[in-house]
Amino acid sequence: MKDFLLIFRSDYNRTADFSAEEAQAMTKRWMDWIGSIAAQNKLKDRGNRLENAGKVLQPNNVITDGPYTEVKEAIGGYSIITADSLEEAVELAKGCPVFSQGGKVEVRPIGILP
Amino acid sequence: MAENELIPHLFRTEYRKIIAVLVKYFGFTHIEVAEDIAADTFLSASEMWGMHGLPENPVAWLYTVAKNKAKNLLQRESLFNQKIAPDIKHSTSSSSQPDIDLSDANIKDSQLQMIFAVCHPAIPAEAQIGLALRILCGFGITEIANAFLSNKETINKRLMRAKEKLRTEQVKIEMPPATEIDKRLESVLTTLYLLFNEGYYSASGDTSLREDLCFEAMRLTYLLLDNKQTNTPAVNALMALMCFQASRFKARMQEGEAVLYDDQDTALWDKELITRGERFLNLSSVGNTVSKYHFEAGIAYWHTIKTDSPDKWEHILQLYNNLLIVEYSPIAALNRTYALAKANSKQEAITEAEKLKLENNHLYHALLGELYTGINNTEAKMHFNKALQLALSSSDKKIITKKIEDIPAKN
Repeated sequence: MKDFLLIFRSDYNRTADFSAEEAQAMTKRWMDWIGSIAAQNKLKDRGNRLENAGKVLQPNNVITDGPYTEVKEAIGGYSIITADSLEEAVELAKGCPVFSQGGKVEVRPIGILP
Repeated sequence: MAENELIPHLFRTEYRKIIAVLVKYFGFTHIEVAEDIAADTFLSASEMWGMHGLPENPVAWLYTVAKNKAKNLLQRESLFNQKIAPDIKHSTSSSSQPDIDLSDANIKDSQLQMIFAVCHPAIPAEAQIGLALRILCGFGITEIANAFLSNKETINKRLMRAKEKLRTEQVKIEMPPATEIDKRLESVLTTLYLLFNEGYYSASGDTSLREDLCFEAMRLTYLLLDNKQTNTPAVNALMALMCFQASRFKARMQEGEAVLYDDQDTALWDKELITRGERFLNLSSVGNTVSKYHFEAGIAYWHTIKTDSPDKWEHILQLYNNLLIVEYSPIAALNRTYALAKANSKQEAITEAEKLKLENNHLYHALLGELYTGINNTEAKMHFNKALQLALSSSDKKIITKKIEDIPAKN
């Protein structure tokens, strides 16, 4: 068993103009999907969503406002799952509702620091 | 109450109080001394009351006799004085008059402190439940053995080991410091939850014993609610859960046979317990903490509404999703999948069920049998048959056999 970080990337602007009903339906789809992983005893940490704000620090003390709102693939949230292999982790990620928003899921094995 | 029922009744209600006070006084090192005095008190009662009739106030009589027996022991036995007296912290003076306080307030405090002691994280969970039944609930060894479907020797050994552990870990009968209460309360709640479930789901055929277990768990939970420090949202949520579940006691057993939820007569549900459960559920919703008991109580609440509606099952599904995020258990995973069938679709639930990989669990096959019924009856029958092979209790087998019979012959 190995832990995998799922990074959800999508376009913030799309979800911003969801109606209340759409937002509720989307929440249900996320909950059903994460609940499915949990029901298989493969959920390590539900994780969190990231707020639509922030700063990016660059060399030479260059600090910019987070470019998230302009970027189509901003990180919107993350979860940690456990799986036997990268293939299985990918399989678990397939039902993620982010795809219906035109988003992506990045599946990354977590290398535990000694 | 008939006279011959009075002593067993008082044993059930008073033994644990006397024990709590005496053990608190003597310390766990001498728990057997406390148990002997308490048992001896009831022996005297049955002798004296049999010969001279009932005293005016039987409870007060028991307390006085227990107190006197403790005092006599302390005064008479020099060995006792040398060995035990140094362990007694609460004697107020060096005088030989011990202060064994059997007032309501001290009984309450001692029992609450005893709950924390028995549910000490150093004691294995199974032993905690046994100890709780023995010391906190005054159950006999035979009753405990019956509840666990075990035998007296095994239970005795388990209790001995648990008591030894209380001594070696030097567990104190006191309230945990304020900073530790929440953490310690967690393990107390786990034990009370297991104690309740032991009664609610046990395969033991003794229904009244099983209900006693549940009511004892509720009584102990109530002791926690009765104290400001331990009246937390999680404790209220656990109490709500217990009330909702217990409300179906009469309906779920008919003539010794288990009655499934769908077939239960709602007229037999205890409306008062449901109302109490709702009150505790409301009280549990203060603050920001959400425990697994909140989700379980929520699920149990929706089950007090018999009429099916999409809204009901959507709520139950989301509560199961949340419960599983907090803590995985095979039973929650199976129930979640059932709720999924009701809220979304059978087809989706079948796909999800097959991911659960609980092939050795009879409930897993029973669920798949249920889901396939009406969609693919051959498949349904296959799963029910597997469930039948794996089921252990006769009441489970009966229910599954009935399900197989109910499948239409032609698909």
